[in-house]
Amino acid sequence: MEKIIVENLNLYYDGAQALKSVNLRIEANRVTALIGPSGCGKSTLLKTLNRMNDLVPGCRMTGRVLLDGQNILEANTDVNQLRKRVGMVFQKPNPFPMSVYDNVAYGPRTHGVRGRARLDDLVERSLRSAAIWDELKDRLHKSAMALSGGQQQRLCMARALAVEPEVLLMDEPTSALDPISTGKIEDLVAQLKQRYTIVMVTHNMQQALRVSDFTSFFLLGEQVETGETERLFSSPQDKRTEDYITGRFG
Amino acid sequence: MKKKRYLGSAFIRLLCGLCASLTAGALALLVGYILLTGVPHLSASLFSPVYTSENVSLLPALFNTLILTLVSLAVAAPLGVGGAIYLAEYAHRQSKLVKAVRLTAETLCGIPSILYGLFGMMVFVLTLRWGYSLLGGGMTLAVMILPLILRTTEEALLSVPDSYREGSFGLGAGKLRTVVRIVLPSAKGGIAAGLILSIGRVVGETAALIYTAGTVADFPDGLMASGRTLAVHMYVLSGEGLHVGEASATAVTLLAIVAGMNALSALLIQKSAKGENHGKNHR
Repeated sequence: MEKIIVENLNLYYDGAQALKSVNLRIEANRVTALIGPSGCGKSTLLKTLNRMNDLVPGCRMTGRVLLDGQNILEANTDVNQLRKRVGMVFQKPNPFPMSVYDNVAYGPRTHGVRGRARLDDLVERSLRSAAIWDELKDRLHKSAMALSGGQQQRLCMARALAVEPEVLLMDEPTSALDPISTGKIEDLVAQLKQRYTIVMVTHNMQQALRVSDFTSFFLLGEQVETGETERLFSSPQDKRTEDYITGRFG
Repeated sequence: MKKKRYLGSAFIRLLCGLCASLTAGALALLVGYILLTGVPHLSASLFSPVYTSENVSLLPALFNTLILTLVSLAVAAPLGVGGAIYLAEYAHRQSKLVKAVRLTAETLCGIPSILYGLFGMMVFVLTLRWGYSLLGGGMTLAVMILPLILRTTEEALLSVPDSYREGSFGLGAGKLRTVVRIVLPSAKGGIAAGLILSIGRVVGETAALIYTAGTVADFPDGLMASGRTLAVHMYVLSGEGLHVGEASATAVTLLAIVAGMNALSALLIQKSAKGENHGKNHR
């Protein structure tokens, strides 16, 4: 079943076209990887799925993005509610300069969750889901800025999970991390797909192969080829996909 | 070759050390001079509640300094911080309006304070008919420190990484919550530094006050009364030439007040930073 359907999406930054009639179906409870060289529009597409592009001045979109059949590009969409349903983990870990606890509780508090007991429970569950509870349970009230990069990124995942989203967008979540931390995040992604639909932008084709069920290859703002990951990597149907995955460019 | 580079770095090191010690030395000399000339003239009678021509008490001036600081900050801080929030968070960052306001504020930060004094006299003292008054002086100083607060606060807000804002928006938080809960707490050190700088300018100001708040050396009846601050008190005393020693003692008091206020605000910033780490103030 599809969680998200992108239909004929065009996106312009100050007149320059960054996405060209993109069509894409994203399956529920699967990991979809978006790959392609820098500037191909994969991050732009990701940011369209929770309307983070709204923050970019001069950004204009046409087409439809359906989340459970609802077009989220419509002007009357409650963007804050959308971002609660479609969470995001960024390229560089960006914990807020506050305690571990407050970082995780920030989202729920934003959406009106009150009461110590409920928040305590939510914080613990989120940190457990991000596989970082055991490391952090004794330092919940210490600053998140003192954590290592890998811990910060898993904290950011916990923070995103705490608002109980349906979709998790990840924008090259391991590009700033060491191999061990990367491995932990990848394991986590494999677990999380049981409960969430995950869309992940990655530069690393091995990573796409390791963690994703579906892969979509982008080039110069166009969606070139999409398919089951193993099939796409073993027998790409488009010449450009083949050139890219065999390392001839990008 | 290697030896040469080593010599070069030693030379730079020496030069920087020299610069640092010259700066520190100048400061130490100044403070030492003030203390040396002022402390012998400090006496209980200088803090007597009544000012007479024989006993030039500085207590009324001390009180007026406090009042003027409060009045000018009460007016300028909300305006300056609020305006900076608009410029940094709401206005289009590259827009002409933002650039124009920034340029204007920077220019206003640099003009001599006597011009603010003349402006204050024409607007508050004469046009609004407030006469020489603490309110007129306070408003003049508020106009003077407003661009300073605006610019320092804007810089503090702009130095908050956008990744914090993105993180907050990404969780479904709106603009207001992002600004209040994430941006302002991260910028408060810089904002406080700007406010302290402004307090310093208020406390040290004379030129802008002589023609707006006047030089009456008694306790004021209210905000519409004239009154002199410590700095003006010093200026008048040294001008008259009869109580130079007392002027030096006033300098010592002024120095102590400024040092005390800086220490207090540093403490406040430190405390609030700690509170943040304990996660008790983000309910």
